[in-house]
Amino acid sequence: MEKKQHKTEMGRRDFLKKLGAGAAVSAMALYGCKEKASDSSANRVTTGEIPGKMTYRTNPKTGEKVSVLGYGCMRLPVLEEGSSAGREGDIDQETVNKLTDYALAHGVNYFDTSPAYCKGFSERAMGIALSRHPRSSYYIATKLSNFAPDTWSREASMAMYRNSFRELKVDYIDYLLLHAVGMGGMEALEGRYIKNGMLDFLLEERKAGRIRNLGFSYHGDIRVFDYLLSRHDEIQWDFVQIQLNYVDWKHAKEVNPRNTDAEYLYGELHKRGIPAVIMEPLLGGRLSNVPNHIVARLKQNRPDDSVASWAFRFAGSPEGVLTVLSGMTYMEHLQDNLRTYSPLVPLTEADKEFLEDTAQLMLKFPTIPCNDCKYCMPCPYGIDIPSILVHYNRCVNDGNVPKSSQEEHYRQARRAFLVGYDRSVPRLRQANHCIGCNQCSSHCPQNINIPAELQRIDRFVEQLKQGTL
Amino acid sequence: MLFFTLITWLFLDFTGTAHAWFGWLAKIQFLPAVLALNVGVVLVLVALTLLFGRVYCSVICPLGVLQDLFSRVAGRRKKNRFRYTPALPVLRYGMLLVFVGLLVAGFTAVAALLAPYSAYGRIAANLLAPLYRWGNNGLALLAEGIDSYAVYSVDVWLKSLPVFIVAVVTLAVIATLAWRGGRTYCNTVCPVGTVLGVLSRYAWFRPVIDATKCNACGLCARNCKASCIDAVNHRIDYSRCVVCMNCMDKCRRGALSYAHASRKKAVPGTDEVPEQVDKGRRSFLTATAVLTATAALKAQEKKVDGGLAVIEDKKIPERATPIAPPGAGSARHLAQHCTACQLCVSACPNDVLHPSARLSTWMQPEMSYERGYCRSECTRCSNVCPTGALRPLTVADKSALQIGHAVWIRKNCVPLTDGVACGNCARHCPTGAIQMVPSDPNRPDSVKIPVVNTERCIGCGACEHLCPARPFSAIYVEGHEVHRTV
Repeated sequence: MEKKQHKTEMGRRDFLKKLGAGAAVSAMALYGCKEKASDSSANRVTTGEIPGKMTYRTNPKTGEKVSVLGYGCMRLPVLEEGSSAGREGDIDQETVNKLTDYALAHGVNYFDTSPAYCKGFSERAMGIALSRHPRSSYYIATKLSNFAPDTWSREASMAMYRNSFRELKVDYIDYLLLHAVGMGGMEALEGRYIKNGMLDFLLEERKAGRIRNLGFSYHGDIRVFDYLLSRHDEIQWDFVQIQLNYVDWKHAKEVNPRNTDAEYLYGELHKRGIPAVIMEPLLGGRLSNVPNHIVARLKQNRPDDSVASWAFRFAGSPEGVLTVLSGMTYMEHLQDNLRTYSPLVPLTEADKEFLEDTAQLMLKFPTIPCNDCKYCMPCPYGIDIPSILVHYNRCVNDGNVPKSSQEEHYRQARRAFLVGYDRSVPRLRQANHCIGCNQCSSHCPQNINIPAELQRIDRFVEQLKQGTL
Repeated sequence: MLFFTLITWLFLDFTGTAHAWFGWLAKIQFLPAVLALNVGVVLVLVALTLLFGRVYCSVICPLGVLQDLFSRVAGRRKKNRFRYTPALPVLRYGMLLVFVGLLVAGFTAVAALLAPYSAYGRIAANLLAPLYRWGNNGLALLAEGIDSYAVYSVDVWLKSLPVFIVAVVTLAVIATLAWRGGRTYCNTVCPVGTVLGVLSRYAWFRPVIDATKCNACGLCARNCKASCIDAVNHRIDYSRCVVCMNCMDKCRRGALSYAHASRKKAVPGTDEVPEQVDKGRRSFLTATAVLTATAALKAQEKKVDGGLAVIEDKKIPERATPIAPPGAGSARHLAQHCTACQLCVSACPNDVLHPSARLSTWMQPEMSYERGYCRSECTRCSNVCPTGALRPLTVADKSALQIGHAVWIRKNCVPLTDGVACGNCARHCPTGAIQMVPSDPNRPDSVKIPVVNTERCIGCGACEHLCPARPFSAIYVEGHEVHRTV
């Protein structure tokens, strides 16, 4: 699992590979590479010190300075098989500590977690890592992740909220979010926060100072977003977390019919003066793991910058953005993002047009809008949903999803798809074992019809295997 | 050696490439050809023997070459280690009789223990193939590291413990006999050797001793792996000679030549105590069932993100009739013609075939769907079979061949136990034999359960393998005694 993810992530930073930076660049190696950095300008991207100072944005309510790069704690590093530190798949606390220290040392001060992340262990891991530093040196954001209907009750929600304090080892939370409102529509919103009085309770908590900023993260049903903003005068949202990137800016509907353009979401927040926290700046990695011709296009424009940096500059450029969250599993990602934001070079008008053209090119590749967030997991029947979708998307980008057996590179593409499929997903966890019970779809923040997609991929695999394409 | 290497490759290769090119090598094996009633091949082999002696035993038979390999290693340690021994006709013909008797009586599987080609097949499939595959998997790991799709990894699993033990014991016995006495097996136990020995007495070309040149030094006899040269009397037992020509290479006086000779009577052997053959290998009739109890998987409501549910291994359901591979025609035909060489088992890319543990069909191939199902585009097993136990099929033939039928087990069915929609069996049925109908006839919106149209079902096992119920599927395949075309 970890290895696989690693590979995908490496693909994301395609340029890293090209420059020959090893997969496991240790922190030490980074300091040791200063000389190389001066050899060629290209190496500046992968090695050497972070050039400048982090860009900060001001929270209009508290006046506090928040780093424009926020640390997303949904994809924390996990242990490899055979590790001495614990079981495979458990959080690699040592690496989490190292990444946290490095991020803090380079100016990152916003950490975003949730009781649901990383099989429920993200808060604890971040509590351990952050409590080693002065409480005033970081802002912690967590969420009330009461998705499951049996946690809708006031008692269960309250228990979840209180547990966050214990796990994070704090006595106040800087940023608290209603988690992923919009999923499940108005009904879920009512059930999770309104009818049980949790919203009122959280407002009380804010008054009492145990919550310094109250906001919500939004996915899905636009009515929920509009409804919550319509109550802004009464509630006074301190911030709102939205999905924003250069594809979703104007083309959210094309990626996913259920989504709403980020231009609208941001506009609504901006005109009310609500700071925006940005999630999915990379569309779950799909804006860094792009088809090769897009890599060429971006690199041609700014050869020294990573593919991902374009997406981060886009997300960080609007003035109303408080921070841009990035789930950084690897030191290389952290360093690349630090470079992008230390300081942030805002996009020019020409850059924006260039990215808009790029977005239109990207949309020609019919990938499934999976961001590998793993909200759908675990599938009770053992299917590895995100790995299947990620493999499929990767093959789409690599041109390994042939439309017919008459295509020129059909045989190579078929082999790459099938052999890669067995490598990425154990046979018993492949799409043909999906029974279509549909318990996953409601958890998907992108509202993917997961069984339908899996069955479509399964049919495609069958066509490849049977040679009936 | 070439034949040997290529035949071994047949057993190791899992991609199907080897069979496309060298599949005929298995089909020219004597016993498979006899069982397949392959008159052409048998006639050619008989003619070959009548002309050149038992070339078959030293060139075509893989077990013969295997023995030579062991013998050669032993020969490095000790030169001139053989000596002439009189023939053991009672043992030889006794073994042949037993063998034919078993075949006629229908105990093909037991008879197969003595047969050279299938014995070699079991050794290659059980002992060499796993090594080959592990090697392949190592390469696949490397290939993955460099993003190459040239090599893919395959599962290595113990298909049957008893057969594995049989292979180990056979190898041990063969190796010991070869180490000590060269071709002892070929000239005492092997039924093919005995039959060909009868013919080779009358071979047109054979090694002959020119008594005028021979000084009876016995060098030839001490290098004869078949122990058939009586140097003192200038006589060779042609029924045992496998025409390896070692004697001619060794003779310093050029007294031996490979030529047509006037008919001579072979010296009848004396009734010596036959060398004991370890028959221990027959005693491994114990079927071992390793059952791992795994905690039952229950669909739980999720509260946190990520993680993978544990997948319990499937267990083999109790099938009233075993499923014979497509091409067998009927269970009886398979039982009578199969020598249990394991070629089909090692060729199956879907991990469906494994050796049977039932006494009546012991070591012969049987189908089960715990690791995969009989995919519609594959006809490999039927096309590799050298004995005609499985007759060649085309993909079209197979898609209409009923080898069994699916049976639904209500108490395991996930829609009823977990209350979720499923239909994975129906979705994957290649013939559309499964439909989903409401479980409550009076409520059209009740959860749907599968119904099987057994007339259309071909028994491929897609439903059984892909059924989410574990460890026992809610739908499984019962074999048909006689296969029929839908």
